[in-house]
Amino acid sequence: MTDQSKIRNFCIVAHIDHGKSTLADRIIEKTGLLTEREMQEQVLDNMDIERERGITIKAQTVRTVYKAADGEEYIFNLIDTPGHVDFNYEVSRALAACDGAILVVDAAQGIEAQTLANVYLALDHDLDVFPVINKIDLPSADPERVIEEIEDVIGIEAQDAPLISAKNGIGIDEVLEAIVHKIPAPTGDADAPLKALIFDSLYDSYRGVIVFCRIMDGRVAKGTHMRMMATGAEADVVEVGTFGAGQLFPCDELSAGMVGYITASIKNVKDTQVGDTITDAARPCEEALPGYKKVRSMVYCGLYPADGAKYPDLRDALEKLQLNDASLQYEAETSVALGFGFRCGFLGLLHLEIIQERLEREYNLDLVTTAPGVVYHVWKTNGEMIELTNPSNLPDPSEIEYMEEPIVSAEIMVTTEFVGAIMNLCQERRGRHIGMDYIETSRVLLKYELPLNEIIYDFFDALKSRSKGYASFDYELKGYEKSELVKLDILINREEVDALSFIVHKENAYERGRKMCEKLKDEIPRHMFEIPIQAAVGGKIIARETVKAVRKDVLAKCYGGDITRKKKLLEKQKEGKKRMRQIGNVEIPQKAFMSVLKLDNDN
Amino acid sequence: MQGERTEAMELYIHIPFCVRKCNYCDFLSAPATGAEIDRYVSCLCREIRMSPEPDDVPIPAERVDTIFIGGGTPSLLTASQLKKIMEVVRENYEVAQDAEITIECNPGTVDLDKLKAIKELGINRLSIGLQATDNESLKCLGRIHDLNDFLETYANARKVGFDNINIDIMSAIPGQTVEAYRETLNKVIELKPEHISAYSLIIEENTPFYDIYGEDGELNGHPSLPSEDDERQMYYDTREMLSEAGYHRYEISNYAREGYECRHNNGYWTGRDYLGVGIGAASLIDGVRFSNVDSLKEYLAIYNPDRDYVEPYHVSIDKLSKSDREEEFMFLGLRRCEGVDRTDWMRRFGCDMDSVYGSVIAKLTEQGLLESEVDRLRLTDKGIDVSNIVLANFLQ
Repeated sequence: MTDQSKIRNFCIVAHIDHGKSTLADRIIEKTGLLTEREMQEQVLDNMDIERERGITIKAQTVRTVYKAADGEEYIFNLIDTPGHVDFNYEVSRALAACDGAILVVDAAQGIEAQTLANVYLALDHDLDVFPVINKIDLPSADPERVIEEIEDVIGIEAQDAPLISAKNGIGIDEVLEAIVHKIPAPTGDADAPLKALIFDSLYDSYRGVIVFCRIMDGRVAKGTHMRMMATGAEADVVEVGTFGAGQLFPCDELSAGMVGYITASIKNVKDTQVGDTITDAARPCEEALPGYKKVRSMVYCGLYPADGAKYPDLRDALEKLQLNDASLQYEAETSVALGFGFRCGFLGLLHLEIIQERLEREYNLDLVTTAPGVVYHVWKTNGEMIELTNPSNLPDPSEIEYMEEPIVSAEIMVTTEFVGAIMNLCQERRGRHIGMDYIETSRVLLKYELPLNEIIYDFFDALKSRSKGYASFDYELKGYEKSELVKLDILINREEVDALSFIVHKENAYERGRKMCEKLKDEIPRHMFEIPIQAAVGGKIIARETVKAVRKDVLAKCYGGDITRKKKLLEKQKEGKKRMRQIGNVEIPQKAFMSVLKLDNDN
Repeated sequence: MQGERTEAMELYIHIPFCVRKCNYCDFLSAPATGAEIDRYVSCLCREIRMSPEPDDVPIPAERVDTIFIGGGTPSLLTASQLKKIMEVVRENYEVAQDAEITIECNPGTVDLDKLKAIKELGINRLSIGLQATDNESLKCLGRIHDLNDFLETYANARKVGFDNINIDIMSAIPGQTVEAYRETLNKVIELKPEHISAYSLIIEENTPFYDIYGEDGELNGHPSLPSEDDERQMYYDTREMLSEAGYHRYEISNYAREGYECRHNNGYWTGRDYLGVGIGAASLIDGVRFSNVDSLKEYLAIYNPDRDYVEPYHVSIDKLSKSDREEEFMFLGLRRCEGVDRTDWMRRFGCDMDSVYGSVIAKLTEQGLLESEVDRLRLTDKGIDVSNIVLANFLQ
């Protein structure tokens, strides 16, 4: 059994780009788990997409051995946390598996909205947080100011924060010693009934689900008949072990204080929900760990294969992705315009983009995505409430009493010079101003309540462009509020195209309808007849554009030497058609269905 | 299916030289010195003597029933250079007694004597590039002649006895008005040529026009292209005015008096074998399509007359599959106004046309773009207007 006093379970919290992954790499390197040759640029980020986007999508964890200045060997379990607001719940579960946290703050940029959100989350979980000032070798570094800011804003001691450069390996030893002395050792009871927190899981086609867990109390070993307390699923443990960097090291048992993995031939990650508590079915603990929540999708959209024949492939791919990602939801749906596809639910827009990219890249699928939307509550006159995820399913207006939309509490941190611009933006997005705090003389924390459907498209981009990149942003779901919402329909050649309908606030309907028509006019190629494009609300046309008819399209010449080239031209014409969807007599290019996403580009 | 050999084939001879390149031209041609042209003619003769060899591409037929000397500006060649070429052709191929032999010529490159010499070589059809009768249009296109040069050439051609003349005209020229185009049509009709090719200007890549009128082009003070409505009007005027004057349209851009359809070009659209000689020339022999190299330097090296041993060399050799041939049968055949023949299809492909294209034909017929008459299938007038969209449907 491992001596708990020699274990340190911790995570690193930071704003994106402040150097979290780089510091993790240095810790792993310095503790000598891997030789330098084995070190990939960023050991923790396994997936291609993660590497390219420079963010960590799924929490991963690594166990290293550190020989401290006191001559003792300590086991460090570094639990990685995703850095994006879409994954807030996963972050909170990863934090719950730790006893302490390292706060990394950029010496030049100081505290950002996301830093605050994550630190508060860590403090909420009673973690001991110690700050580290990174990138001190940058010419613009101002560690004194940042230390003051940490103390003022977050209220934690920062005078003796290690001043480091993770990139250049400066100050890493200091960090390692700080981990030993500032992060508390776990204090679980190894003889109590098993109580372990699931903070992540991963599907492996040979071993089934690999559950990542922190043992709070008790012990687990091969043969333990375990039970997941929330889902009720049970399974016999096949193997337990700890984490290398990207590898699994089997061991005999995991006991209180340890972080490791369990395999039990579990077929589906749904049975091992993040946040659930594992116990021993033969000797269950009395109470599950607090904080378990069933993951709820915030953003929905339709995913359709570009080639209708690929529907089974898309279904298989979604099934496989879901094995690994319990937060991905999908159900089959049919669109008149797009045929067979799936309505999919995501944690947020980033999550949507990641899934879409993985489907396209790893599964080689060409997809048509419909406009993402949020979940609306539709209260019907008969007192019934429907959760609306697909605008096409909106009941007849006569049956609707009222509708509600999700509202988020948002915190935006911005330098004072851009406060006006950002407040205007929030105003345009139907934001409600809640408050404004000065972090320091030049920086402000704006608090707003915003409808979720106003921020899922391009709010972040608009925020960045209007603040020249200086604003940072974080939000959490606050609840539902009554709102004047309408369904905007698009008619192409007088036929309603279900895949283009979306829900919009009454006040914005005209503007969006007009932009939609303009956009579609550019996207839809000319046909042999005139095509009216109309936007309608409740059967009333509010905007219209027309795609003129082609009246002449002729290759003037085609002689002996031209035949091959002319055939290629015709092939190109035909190829173009393949990527089209037939709606009535009109062929609509697939990208037209996604053009709704880019309506606000002129901001 | 193989060995669909026609008894006689067509011969195309490419002359890649011109006085100056026109602003719209993307054909393989460029100005050259007399010595270069001479060298080219020698190589060309050597190539004709060689003809393709079996290990390279299929052997062409020995009999030739149409010859087309195109370019560039073939009339730029001297009478003796043309004579040399025609002699080599006759030495190596059996040229039919009634063969149609065409040469393209541009006003300003031929005088009465040269036309007389051309006629004496047995060349019996002239294709004269006029393009437009107003001098502004001619200037805009970068042509080297004016209307008077053309009229002189035409009169000389008649004088020496050419009784089968084509005139090329063009619509949708930058700055051209509907009125100006009607004037061109009227003047050409007055001259009573046997054949008129009427093209709509196409802005091709790698031409000076592309820099002005292409995708990212900038007008910079140049006249703009006619509006879509005007362009369409010109297109209709062509059909109506030529038809009234007794020219029937037998292909999308070609009009002739009865019996004067260009046999050589008809051959391309009906899938006959043709051998192309000279740089960049394409051939179709026994179901195999191939081309000559398109670099003059390479061509001169391959067929160097000073070398003892010369081996023919072809590029882009492509054996057409059944579906390739079916596609071409349709998209080339339907360019002709008489359309395609279902019995002809059956004879070539051994199946019913509907077994391959039934649903496409039904759809296009319903849309009023195709029509059937007994065994023939052809584009309607509306179908011709949007023929690209229609023909693309026949690609498998």
